[in-house]
Amino acid sequence: MSVVIDIRHLNKKFGDHEVLKDVNFQVKKGEVVTLIGASGSGKSTLLRCINLLEIPTGGEIFFNGQNILEEGYDKRTYRTHLGMVFQHFNLFNNLDVLGNCTIGQIKVLKRSKEEAVKNAMKYLTIVGMEQFKHAKPRQLSGGQKQRVAIARALAMDPEVMLFDEPTSALDPQMVGEVLKVMRQLAEEGNTMLIVTHEMEFAKEVSDRVVFMDKGVIVEEGPPEQVLVNPRHERTREFLRRTLNK
Amino acid sequence: MSFLETVWKIFEENWDLFLHGAWIALILAVLGTIFGALIGFFIGIMHTIPLSKKSFKTYLLKLFNFILTCYVELFRGTPMMVQAMVVFYGLYAIEIELNRFIAGLIVISLNTGAYMAEYVRGGIVSIDKGQFEASEAIGMSHFQTMLYIILPQVARNILPATGNQLVMNIKDSSVLSVISVVELFFATNSIAGSTYRYPEAFLIACVLYFIMTFTVTRILLLFEKKMDGSESYRIELVTGNKPAKGGE
Repeated sequence: MSVVIDIRHLNKKFGDHEVLKDVNFQVKKGEVVTLIGASGSGKSTLLRCINLLEIPTGGEIFFNGQNILEEGYDKRTYRTHLGMVFQHFNLFNNLDVLGNCTIGQIKVLKRSKEEAVKNAMKYLTIVGMEQFKHAKPRQLSGGQKQRVAIARALAMDPEVMLFDEPTSALDPQMVGEVLKVMRQLAEEGNTMLIVTHEMEFAKEVSDRVVFMDKGVIVEEGPPEQVLVNPRHERTREFLRRTLNK
Repeated sequence: MSFLETVWKIFEENWDLFLHGAWIALILAVLGTIFGALIGFFIGIMHTIPLSKKSFKTYLLKLFNFILTCYVELFRGTPMMVQAMVVFYGLYAIEIELNRFIAGLIVISLNTGAYMAEYVRGGIVSIDKGQFEASEAIGMSHFQTMLYIILPQVARNILPATGNQLVMNIKDSSVLSVISVVELFFATNSIAGSTYRYPEAFLIACVLYFIMTFTVTRILLLFEKKMDGSESYRIELVTGNKPAKGGE
């Protein structure tokens, strides 16, 4: 399997505060990787560095072998290869569901309107939101918004999907519908990088689990290792606190 | 003859002057608000361009924005009546003879622009950061983000303030009488002067101003409602799905 994202010696500082310290890791094509860790451990920042919503202060990020932090690299085109799903959905409030899923295709990928609508409807059907294509974001529930946000990201036909705590802002009864969609995407062989607090879900869908603490990767490996028989004391401590909640 | 009869008589004899004056006031206010809004959007956008690295372009933009800020502060900090005198007679002094209506329109537009710039800037700043991030994440440029995502939301949010500005402009167009723009106040003043009926003439002006502002306010409210669209939405049944059954 080819390496899609390759991160080397990544550093990120906010002022004097070092959020990421010498982070090294890779995502291979078709792989589902979950990032776990306590709040403030740097996992969201890592995800946001990958699509350059945060600019790293040091290190290198390679995408299909090309260093994206190099001067002159086309960052906008690069971003179209990554689909981002946010904790707070961030649907475009001025557009309806269909508009949310077509604007990027039309304005950035320069697809025709018919093609964009056709593609958007395909993914809206996958997430089960096709009936709501004329609804405005404010008319939808949290779970529905997040499913539309997933369809919006998928409609750009990205190579990697990034999920930044996609269920953390949802009411408990809506978490299931979003996880169901994500599970389906994982089974279909999409490359996914997921920041999550849903341990059961992580255990179930991940090919690999990465545990982060205080800005460093403490442990990574298959879910049955990291989540069931962790090697490091910090991982054990984290799991104990999380699962006993 | 009673007071009201005199009022009616003055209106009957001078209605064309009154209505012409009202028309000019309305045109000045509407065009002034439109141009002012355009100026406001331009400045608001310039002020919210993210400044990245230190480069020549950045310094140029900073300088330009400083000039824009000076304009905003100057026009917000001085009375429109005085601005009208300075613009019209100032240009006159350097031998640029502007049509009085055009001079009035420039003053009212620049004045509105200064206020609108702040509304727009505030409107852009108050949009949730997530909206910017989401559009950046799908690869939109700053310009595209503004055009397709942010500004439509800002326009909706500042619509009430813009409406307020329009109502103010209808009333404040009266100060342009100092440079002899024949709007409603100027017209009324001449009618009152020639008939010696000041209270009667200005009562008519009052009524006409109120009719204009009240109508404009109502129209704007309707417009706001229309922009928001209906609270309900259609559920599209996709072919192959069974239509929903009632009573289950």
